[in-house]
Amino acid sequence: MANSMAKSFLQAAATEEVVSPLRVVQIEGLVILKIIKHCKEFSPALVTGQLLGLDVGSVLEVTNCFPFPIREEDEEIEADGANYQLEMMRCLREVNVDNNTVGWYQSTILGSYQTVELIETFMNYQENIRRCVCIIYDPSRSNQGVLALKALKLSDSFMELYRANSFTGEKLREKNLSWMDIFEEIPIKVSNSALISAFMTELESDTPVTQCDYDRLQLSSNPYMERNMEFLIECMDDLSVEQQKFQFYYRSLSRQQAQQQAWLQKRRADNMQRKAAGEDPLPEEDPSNPIFKPIPEPSRLESFLITNQIANYCNQINGVSGQSFNRLYLMKSLHDN
Amino acid sequence: MAADDHTVLQLSTPSTANLSAKVHPLVIFNICDCYVRRPDQAERVIGTLLGSVLPDGTVDIRNSYAVPHTESAEQVALDIEYHHNMVVSHQKVNPKEVIVGWYSTGLGVTGGSALIHDFYSREVPNPVHLTVDTGFRNGEGTIKAYVSVNLALGDRQLAAQFQEIPLDLRMVEAERLGFDILKTTAVDKLPNDLEGMEVTMQRLLALIDDVYKYVDDVVEGRVAADNSIGRFISDTVASLPKLSPSVFDKLVNDSLQDQLLLLYLSSITRTQLGLAEKLNTAAQIL
Repeated sequence: MANSMAKSFLQAAATEEVVSPLRVVQIEGLVILKIIKHCKEFSPALVTGQLLGLDVGSVLEVTNCFPFPIREEDEEIEADGANYQLEMMRCLREVNVDNNTVGWYQSTILGSYQTVELIETFMNYQENIRRCVCIIYDPSRSNQGVLALKALKLSDSFMELYRANSFTGEKLREKNLSWMDIFEEIPIKVSNSALISAFMTELESDTPVTQCDYDRLQLSSNPYMERNMEFLIECMDDLSVEQQKFQFYYRSLSRQQAQQQAWLQKRRADNMQRKAAGEDPLPEEDPSNPIFKPIPEPSRLESFLITNQIANYCNQINGVSGQSFNRLYLMKSLHDN
Repeated sequence: MAADDHTVLQLSTPSTANLSAKVHPLVIFNICDCYVRRPDQAERVIGTLLGSVLPDGTVDIRNSYAVPHTESAEQVALDIEYHHNMVVSHQKVNPKEVIVGWYSTGLGVTGGSALIHDFYSREVPNPVHLTVDTGFRNGEGTIKAYVSVNLALGDRQLAAQFQEIPLDLRMVEAERLGFDILKTTAVDKLPNDLEGMEVTMQRLLALIDDVYKYVDDVVEGRVAADNSIGRFISDTVASLPKLSPSVFDKLVNDSLQDQLLLLYLSSITRTQLGLAEKLNTAAQIL
């Protein structure tokens, strides 16, 4: 009896849990308000904070959050930051808040959030938590009347590659991974407790038109578009720098190839002579010769990120243009009437 | 003017007369959340209010956190160390937020509240006490704010009285955005740009329809004409800029063309990216 129990326990421990894929992130209204407030207060500086909640099946529930203080570049502040985090978690635990870290949030300007630091933070979190998510909030789009909130997650295949730290062309081709596969966006659902919704409905009765409608119908979107284009152009410059690195690599690789061939020819010619003279042939390879040293292929990570970024900007431009079209046509028809 | 035993009860004068408080909805959310999560034996939740005092004297309440406490018929105990820890932590993030008062759930002010208020007045010169009625006892959720006013009889301090001050619920623009989302208990998906536009335009249409109906009603005599509304309507209609059709068309077309240009540029960029991607990873040496 005990044996079979022990075995089944072992078996249970040995079988891997089936991890259901993350399908939806469920956020509470409280968290959204807190994120908005924090990012707005400190904009244009970029801020971050921690998300707390529960991981249930295919839904990741985010029930609370707290902001991180802005870190200055100082050694002792590092320990302070960790202390602050522990302190906040402990205090929140005492008032029955779920103090389970499920990710972090950060603010961004015009969607320029794809950096290597983001990926590294993801990897750091991923080591401790099975599923973590990053929420990106863009306060600069809120005066266009849009709530720009996104939940991101690194895709699994990308994570494996990153751990192996190899971004060469063949590996990527093997996995069929392109720049679109780095980040996965997860749909967000918002939930509120009944008490809060009762309060809110009472505090602000349903007016036919709210302030955000006025914002959306505003005709001038030029400054926003201009900034977007500026960012886009900068990114293109970065991308072209990366491309040049690649070109340089290819060129030097082919030059090295040519040198190797030449050397090989010479060796063969020498060998022929030596054979004719009756001596031992020299080996056809010489690893100590510097022209045989393999040149490292530059990592493609940066270019992927930049490409992602550019795609993001393009999407944003598309979205805003769509809105502007709507507005212009609306104006036209109003005027005609 | 010797103080007499029979003098009238003096309320110390309102240096607090024009005091009012502004509350951000985040605070209400926080309070409700803490109430829902309270430990089972506690009837109400008590916590600290953070914010700032604006130059004209109004108290701006921006943030809050709950403080564990125990309460019985005779005494109230508050976890002071927790309170201090939280203040320090919060100030690390936002040094401008200071303690401005405290809150409790439940309607009305009890005896225990006076003690707690006393404690808070040692931290802050004039704390604001906010009550949030989560029990909806009056059939609605009442939120009231009080300050403590000293009652003096002549020279002697008698008691402190909680006097209500006007409360204003403010919402910042970004919060208004999410407001529709925040009102219901569940939203399946955050609306993206185009859907939001659609909703807005529908609302605008509804408004225009209402105005139309109103004007029709007035013309047909069904509704009494109200001059001020009439003036509003005529102002609005007059505010449409008077442009000749050709000029207006040119304006619209120019903007349209600009937008189309940008759209075209971004599509080209994306095509370029796709192409570069293929070339980069497909290239094989040797």
